[in-house]
Amino acid sequence: MPDVQALVNDFVNLLKKRRIEGSQATAKQTAVLLRSVISQQRVPHTNQATVLINAVRAVGEQIIDVNPIELAVGNIVRRVLHIIREEDLSLVTDAVAGLGMFAGSDDEDDVERDDYPALSAASVAAAARSTSRPPSLQTLLEDVTDSAVVPPTPSSGGDSEGISRTLEKGSSGRKFKHDVIEAVNELIQDITSCHEQIAEQAVEHIHQNEVILTLGSSKTVLEFLCAAKEKKRSFKVVVAEGAPRYQGQVLAKELAARGIQTTVIADSATFAMISQVNMVIVGAHAVMANGGVIAPIGLHMVALAAQRHAVPFVVLAGSHKLCPLYPHNPQVLLTELRSPSELLDFGEFSDLMDSATGSGSLHVVNPAFDYVPPNLVSLFITDTGGHNPSYMYRLIADYYSADDLVVKQRPTTGS
Amino acid sequence: MGAQKKSGARVSEDPDELVRVPLQAVLLADSFTTKFRPITLERPKVLLPLVNVPMINYTLTWLESAGVEEVFVFCCSHSKQVISYLEKSEWLSQPNFTVTTVESQNSVSAGDALRVIYERNVIHGDFVLISGDTVSNMSLTQALLEHKERKKKDSNAVMTMVIKRSKPNPAIHQSRLGTDELFMAIDPNTKQLLYYEDRADQSKGTLHLDKSLLADNPSLSLHHDKQDCYIDICSPEVLSLFTDNFDYQHLRRHFVKGLLLDDIMGYKIFVHEIHSDYAARIDNFRSYDTVSKDIIHRWTYPLVPDVMNFGDTATKLERQGIYRASEISQSQSAVIGPFTVIGSGTKIGHNTKILNSVIGEGCKIGSNVIIEGCYIWDNISIEDGCKLQHAIVCDGVIIKSGAVLEPGVILSFKVVVGPEFVVPPYSNVSLLQQPIEEDSDEELEYADSTSVIGSQVDKSDVEIASKVLETHFSPASELGMGGAGHVWSTCEGSHEEEWRHSVAPIPKDKVMEAIKTMKDDLENDDSFLPPSGELKPNSNYSDDDDHEDSRDDSYYFEKEVEATFLRAVHENIQESHLILEINSLKLSYNKLAADCAGAVFSAMMKYALDTPHSSADVLLQNVQAVFTKWKKALTSYLTDIDEQIEVILKFEEICEESAKEFAPLFTRILHYLYNEDVVEEDAILSWEAELKDADEADKVFVKQAQKLIQWLKEAPEEDDDDEE
Repeated sequence: MPDVQALVNDFVNLLKKRRIEGSQATAKQTAVLLRSVISQQRVPHTNQATVLINAVRAVGEQIIDVNPIELAVGNIVRRVLHIIREEDLSLVTDAVAGLGMFAGSDDEDDVERDDYPALSAASVAAAARSTSRPPSLQTLLEDVTDSAVVPPTPSSGGDSEGISRTLEKGSSGRKFKHDVIEAVNELIQDITSCHEQIAEQAVEHIHQNEVILTLGSSKTVLEFLCAAKEKKRSFKVVVAEGAPRYQGQVLAKELAARGIQTTVIADSATFAMISQVNMVIVGAHAVMANGGVIAPIGLHMVALAAQRHAVPFVVLAGSHKLCPLYPHNPQVLLTELRSPSELLDFGEFSDLMDSATGSGSLHVVNPAFDYVPPNLVSLFITDTGGHNPSYMYRLIADYYSADDLVVKQRPTTGS
Repeated sequence: MGAQKKSGARVSEDPDELVRVPLQAVLLADSFTTKFRPITLERPKVLLPLVNVPMINYTLTWLESAGVEEVFVFCCSHSKQVISYLEKSEWLSQPNFTVTTVESQNSVSAGDALRVIYERNVIHGDFVLISGDTVSNMSLTQALLEHKERKKKDSNAVMTMVIKRSKPNPAIHQSRLGTDELFMAIDPNTKQLLYYEDRADQSKGTLHLDKSLLADNPSLSLHHDKQDCYIDICSPEVLSLFTDNFDYQHLRRHFVKGLLLDDIMGYKIFVHEIHSDYAARIDNFRSYDTVSKDIIHRWTYPLVPDVMNFGDTATKLERQGIYRASEISQSQSAVIGPFTVIGSGTKIGHNTKILNSVIGEGCKIGSNVIIEGCYIWDNISIEDGCKLQHAIVCDGVIIKSGAVLEPGVILSFKVVVGPEFVVPPYSNVSLLQQPIEEDSDEELEYADSTSVIGSQVDKSDVEIASKVLETHFSPASELGMGGAGHVWSTCEGSHEEEWRHSVAPIPKDKVMEAIKTMKDDLENDDSFLPPSGELKPNSNYSDDDDHEDSRDDSYYFEKEVEATFLRAVHENIQESHLILEINSLKLSYNKLAADCAGAVFSAMMKYALDTPHSSADVLLQNVQAVFTKWKKALTSYLTDIDEQIEVILKFEEICEESAKEFAPLFTRILHYLYNEDVVEEDAILSWEAELKDADEADKVFVKQAQKLIQWLKEAPEEDDDDEE
C-alpha cells in the first residue's frame, strides 16, 4: 500500500514539524488518515478484524511517538482499533444469532454488561466460532447516540439485512469494512461536533448573574459561554490573559464582541480575583486516565486558587481528549518546552546570552503545558455529559479496549 | 492530506498571481571562506554536525517548513560528499519539496555560484538565497508578501534582506556570533536599506555617510544593533545582475554595497526585520558555539534536538535541558550538567563530569574526565583523566589518558593526542599539513589558490590522510608519544582574530582590556560613536575616501575643473569638449550646475591671473581675453539666476582670499561681465539684496559696485535699448 505509506509519511512530517497542533485538529487528521488506511487495506474472507487491526496498529506505531505531547493521536488510534473490534463482535453476534441490530438494542440498558472485559483479537475469533455475544457498551452507546442525534435511518435496518445477506453469500469482507468506515466517519463527526455537544449543556451549568473565570483561549470554552449567552443567561466572565501567548486577550475580544460582560486580568491576579468568582471553566489539552488534566500553562495555579476558595473547577474536554494512559512524570514527559522568544525579545537580551564574554548566564524556559492533578478538578464536561474525575476510568473502559493500551506490540528496542 | 499540505505551502503565494510559480531557493553549500579550517579541508562545512545534526539539515528543514518547494543546492568544494550525503538522506524523496544539486568545481565565490545558477536558467521567480549554514525558524510568509508588494509597485526592489536585532558587545565590537559590528542605515518608513557597512576592526567611531543620503531621505535611521541573518529574498534580476557585473564576488561586500553605491540602475534593497523568530548564520567557530547554545536553549524551536531527529534514534529532553539519546551507558558516579546533549551509544565512565557540552554518537569517555563547553563529534575515544575545555573534537579523534585540551583547541579528524600531552590554547591540529599558500586573511578568502586546495583534497582525501598516518606515527610527534597530527601555525594577523572567532569564551583579560580601551576612548576621544550616533555628514564615499578627507571634496572638484580648463587652454581643446568633461566631473562629484559655474569661473580668473601682467589694466585685458575665448564654457552653466549669483559670490571670494589683485578691478570686471551677458541685471541686484543684511566687512564689494548697481537701478526701462 504505497499510497497509504505516503499519506502516513506526510502526516508524520506535519506532526514532526509541529505543523498540526491542537488536539482537535490532530484527532481529526488522525481519524481521516486511519480511515484511508482502512479503506485501502485489502481484507481477506477470514480474520478480517485481525488484518484491519494489524494494519491500523502498524500505522499507529509510526505516528504515535512522533509528537508525544499530542496524545490525541494515540487516543484516536486506540478508538479506531476499538471500533474495529466492536464491529467485528457485533458482526459475529449478528451472524451467529441470526439477529439484526434490533436484538442488540433490546439490551440497551443492560447494566451488568457495562464492564464487560474487552476482547483480544484471538478471543474475538474464538467467540466468532463458539457463541453469540451481545454487543458491548460501546456499540450500545453508539446506537443510543445514533438514535438520539440522527433519527434512525432505513439504512440501519438495511445494515443488518445486508449483513446477513452478505454473510450468506460468504463475502462479508466489503460489508465489514464498510461498517468500520461508517463507524470511523461517525467518530470524525463526533470530533467535529464535540464543541456543540458540550455547549448544549451550558445552561445546566451556568446560572444567572454568575461570574466565571477562565484562562487562555479555548474554542470549547468560547462556544460553551456563547451557548449560555444565546439562551439568555446573563453572566460575567473574567479572563486571565494566559501569558506568554496571551490567547486570553483574543478570547476576551471574541466574548466582548458577542455581548458578554468580560474582564481581562493578568495571570498573576488570579488569586486576587478568585474570591469574586462562582466557577472556573477551562479547556484542556488532554485528560488522563486518572482524571488528571494536561492543560495550557498556568492552569495548575488557577486550580489551586479555586480549591483554596472552594470554587468549582470545571474542565471542558471532547471525548477525543480522553487518554487511556496514566501520567508518569507529567511535568517532564507530558510537556513541551517551546521557544523562549515568546517570553523574551531575543534582541533585547542577546548580550546577556552571549556566552563568549562569560555572561551567558541567562536561561529562559517556556513550557507549554501544566499538569493539573485530579483532586483539583470538580467536574469534567464531555460530549456525553458531566463526569467526576474519579469516573474517568469508566469512560475510558467504554471508549477503549484494554488490549490496545499499548499499541506497540513487538518487543521494542529501547523505550 | 497531500492537498492539505499543499494548501499550507501555498499560503505564502500571492493569490493575484495568475501563473503560480513555485517558491524556489538557492542554497549555497559552500561558504567560500576558510574560517573553519582545518576541519573543512576534509569535510564540507555544511556537513559538520551542529548539535549532532549536519548543518545543512537545519537549513533544508527550515526551507521546507517555510513553504519553499524547490531547492537548488550549490556544491563546490567537497561536492561529492555533499551530494552523496543528500542522496542517502531523505531529502531527495520528499513530496512537494524537490532538492536538486548543482555542482561546479571552479566557482570560488558566491558570485560565481550565482552566475552558474543563472546559466542553468532554472530560477523562474522570486527565490530565497541562503547558505547551507543558516539556522532559522522564521516564517517567510510576511517577508515574501512584503517583497512581492514592493516588487509590484517598484520593479527596482530586487532584494529583501532579513535582519534581526541583536546587540553587539560594546567593548569588543563584535556580535555574539563573532562577526564584526554592522552599521546599517534604513529608511524607517519604506524599510529601504540605504547604507551597509560591516566594518573590520577599525571601529573608531567615524562613519562616512553620503550627504545625498541625508538630503534625499526625509528620515533615516542608523542601526548598529542589527544582525544580518544572511537570508535574502531575491527577484530573478539579482542573478542577471551578478552576471552583468562579473566582478561581484561577495554577496555583501560587493553585491549589496555595489547596488547601494551605484544609483545609475536604481536597484533598491529592502530589509525585513524579524522579532520573535530566530535566524543566524554560522560564520566562524564562535558562532558555531553560540548557535549550538541557542539550539540547546530552544530559541530555534521547533528545530531542537528532541523534535528534529534525523535517523532512527530519538532524543529525549530531561530536566534542566539535558538531551539524551537512547542506549547511553553512563556510570552512576558520572555527572552530567545542565544544557548538555549526549548522542546515542555513548559510554561514560566513573566520576566523569560533562558540562555545557555536546557529545556525539558512539563516543567512549573514560573515568575522571572533565569536559566543559566542548563539542565532541562522533566515535571519539577519550581515555581516563583527560581534561577538555571549550574545544571542538572531530570524528575519530583519540585522546590518550591524561591529555589536556586548553580552551579554543580544534582537533580535526582522526588526530591522536599522546598521553599527558597538553595542547596549547587556540591550536588547530589536523592530520593534514597546513597548506603553504594558506592565507587566512579574510579579504582574500575567495582567492583561487585556497579553493583549488580544497578541491584537490576532495579528490585525494583518503590517500593523503593515510599517507600522513604512515609517515607521522613516529613515537615523538608534535602531539606527544604516539600522537598523530600537525599543529598548524597561526599566520600573522590572525593572532588577534583567534580569540575573537574561537569557540572558547573570550578570556577575561581581553574583555577587561577592551572595556578599558573603550572607556579611554569615551574619555579622550569625542569621536567614539555612541549608540545614538553623532554623525558627521560626508559628501561622498567614493573609493578614494581613505586617503582624502572628503569634507574637502568641493576643493578637489575645483582643482579638477581648473586642471581640465588649463588643459583645454593649453591643448586648444574645443569648448564643447571642455563642457563635456566638466559635465562628467559634475556627475562623478555629484555637484550642481552652480558649483560648476563657480569652479569654471574661478579657473578662468586664475588663468587670467597667471598670465603675465604688469598692471591692473593688463590684468583686465587678460580677463577680457580669456572670457572672449571661453565664455561659452561658463555660460552653459548659467541657465538660472542662482548660478549667476554664485558666480558673483565666487568672484567676491576670489577677490577677498586668493587673488587680491582683482579687488580694485571688481566693479570693472563685474561691469564687463554684465556687458558680456555673463551675469544679468537681476542677478546683480539680488546679489546686492542678499548682502544687505550682512556684516559691514562683507559689504566691501557691494559698496564698490554701488555705482554700477545705482546705474542699473536707475535705468531699468531703457536697459534694453541702452545696451551697447
